[in-house]
Amino acid sequence: MISVSVKNISKLYGAVKAVDDVSFNVQQGELFGLIGPDGAGKTSLFRILTTLLLADHGTASVNGLDVVKDYRAIRNKIGYMPGRFSLYQDLTVNENLSFFAAIFGTSIEENYALIRDIYEQIKPFGNRRAGKLSGGMKQKLALCCALIHKPEVLFLDEPTTGVDVVSRKEFWEMLARLKEQQITIVVSTPYMDEARRCDRIALMQAGKIMSVETPERIIHNFPKPVYAVGATDLYGLLKELRVDPAVESCYAFGEYLHLTVLAATTSEQSIHSIVQKYQPKNLVIKEITPTIEDSFIRLMNEQNANAENDGE
Amino acid sequence: MKLLFVFIRKEFYHVFRDRRTLLILFGLPIVQIILFGYALSSEVKNIGIAIQDNAHDIHTAQITEKIQSSSYFKLQPAVSNYADIEQQFKNGSIKCALVFPVNFGADLLRTGGAQIQLIADASDPNTATTLTNYLQSIINSYQQQLNPNAKISYEIIPETRQLYNEEQNGSLNFVPGVIALIFMIVSTALTSVAVVREKELGTMEILLVSPLKPVMVLIAKAIPYLVLSLINFVVILVLSVFLLKVEIKGSVALLFAESILFIITCLALGLLISNVTASQQTAMLISMMGMMLPTLILTGFMFPLENMPVLFQLISHVIPSRYYYIIIKNVMLKGLGFGYVWKETLVLAFMTVSLLAIALRKFKTRLA
Repeated sequence: MISVSVKNISKLYGAVKAVDDVSFNVQQGELFGLIGPDGAGKTSLFRILTTLLLADHGTASVNGLDVVKDYRAIRNKIGYMPGRFSLYQDLTVNENLSFFAAIFGTSIEENYALIRDIYEQIKPFGNRRAGKLSGGMKQKLALCCALIHKPEVLFLDEPTTGVDVVSRKEFWEMLARLKEQQITIVVSTPYMDEARRCDRIALMQAGKIMSVETPERIIHNFPKPVYAVGATDLYGLLKELRVDPAVESCYAFGEYLHLTVLAATTSEQSIHSIVQKYQPKNLVIKEITPTIEDSFIRLMNEQNANAENDGE
Repeated sequence: MKLLFVFIRKEFYHVFRDRRTLLILFGLPIVQIILFGYALSSEVKNIGIAIQDNAHDIHTAQITEKIQSSSYFKLQPAVSNYADIEQQFKNGSIKCALVFPVNFGADLLRTGGAQIQLIADASDPNTATTLTNYLQSIINSYQQQLNPNAKISYEIIPETRQLYNEEQNGSLNFVPGVIALIFMIVSTALTSVAVVREKELGTMEILLVSPLKPVMVLIAKAIPYLVLSLINFVVILVLSVFLLKVEIKGSVALLFAESILFIITCLALGLLISNVTASQQTAMLISMMGMMLPTLILTGFMFPLENMPVLFQLISHVIPSRYYYIIIKNVMLKGLGFGYVWKETLVLAFMTVSLLAIALRKFKTRLA
């Protein structure tokens, strides 16, 4: 069963296309990720789906309800956690939670089972003002508030931005448990490493969706072997390789460069001969499985190249 | 109903946990009442006066004594020459001076006419006029006292009465004005800020994505400020009666009913402002500049409307506080009943309903 359906949605702010002809479907009970950098149009898309914004073109529905016509009905059925921390900072944890329970016509006790795992962690701070919580705690509280009325579809806009690594990991584990309860979850994130935790992901850039696939398929679809190149002067090497005629792409990833070349068949030896020209110290070369980020950059470059061709 | 209660309780939490709001809410009315009551008083009371007595006879002594015993004047040490008087005018210790010439008493008795010089500081012309009037009336009354039997063939003795305010208590005029002003601040400014804060914090996004009806949000935002405004109203009335000795002549119930109506007008204005602004600063600025200044200037409690250019007089007709000010003055100070203020009440009610309707229609069910 399709839970969220998006058809040819576009949203313009003046001349800027924030969302550009986007289409995808999310199945019920699926954990669906919108992956893209800041300004890709993720938040606009979320606001359209949560009935907060009207799209300029296209249609969208949540659980079969139209986001424009049936916006009232949708508002009863979804949970939404905006990108910014949007709870009352001057209310305590418990006051926030019971307030949001009340406006959705329920109580903390009624759906306690759903939020128990998360709530237990913030319970010791029940009487603390929300504004005085740490970043991770704030996100947990916000998730509790979004879940308290047992929504059928949960929209989480960048829930892990500004949260430490441990809390991020915990947060994704919570989402996995919520998924088991058959709640459809649409989540956005700028962190590519989090994409692997989703059932399917949409890679989004400049208002367009470049690909909708499972994380495995996106990696599998990467057309070329990727080599990690390590050396002492990584930055100097990066500059040299970028202008090398044999190199297709070269990007810095932590302590390695990720390199693809134009030649159809490659081996670690052929890469070695290309790189060796620049006499790097402590050279390391190994073939690696491409990451989501590799795919993202590749798709982004293709999109840019297409746009340029269209322009000419 | 339970939902509304929860929402209203939340609003009260916001108010009571924010020191700034609390200060505006309860500090402001008290400060304003005291400020207007004592500091910004236009009343003539305890005005410094210097007397240069060149005659030193029984008549000058009696006139001096009369001046001294009136509550309007406060006698400064006697002076002996004009230079001293000028000096005292300059350092501000006196606002008027009285000069008796040599042989004042002798002239008075022998020739039947004596001169006296009144000097007043006319840098504030209104006060100067009032002061010289008071002094003249003191001198006149002494004159009558001097010759009770003397018959002037035709005499007109004006008996003036300052109706509704026999003691010339200046507080009477501004208390209704301050009440209107406080309602504007509390109901309009604070309400608009309260709604816009939710937009700024992003909580409005969550409220919108909930089954809450817009009406509910507006009512829940408005009710706490209605209650707080009424508390303020009571505080101001109590302060006025006990501190400023203002007598409430009309029906207190009618005063409350009219005040509730005006508070709702202000709330509607505040909600309307919050609908069209996106930041707390803008909301505050619009409420303060757009609402408070007209209230201060075009309501008639600071400057008489009749003296204003026609354009401003026309504008004053759309200022809600103008009507409230008239109502409160009539009920509180003149003791008039509803029969005398129904027209103003009707205008106010019409404004309130229209503003509420616009505020409700303008309430956005989406973000943009």
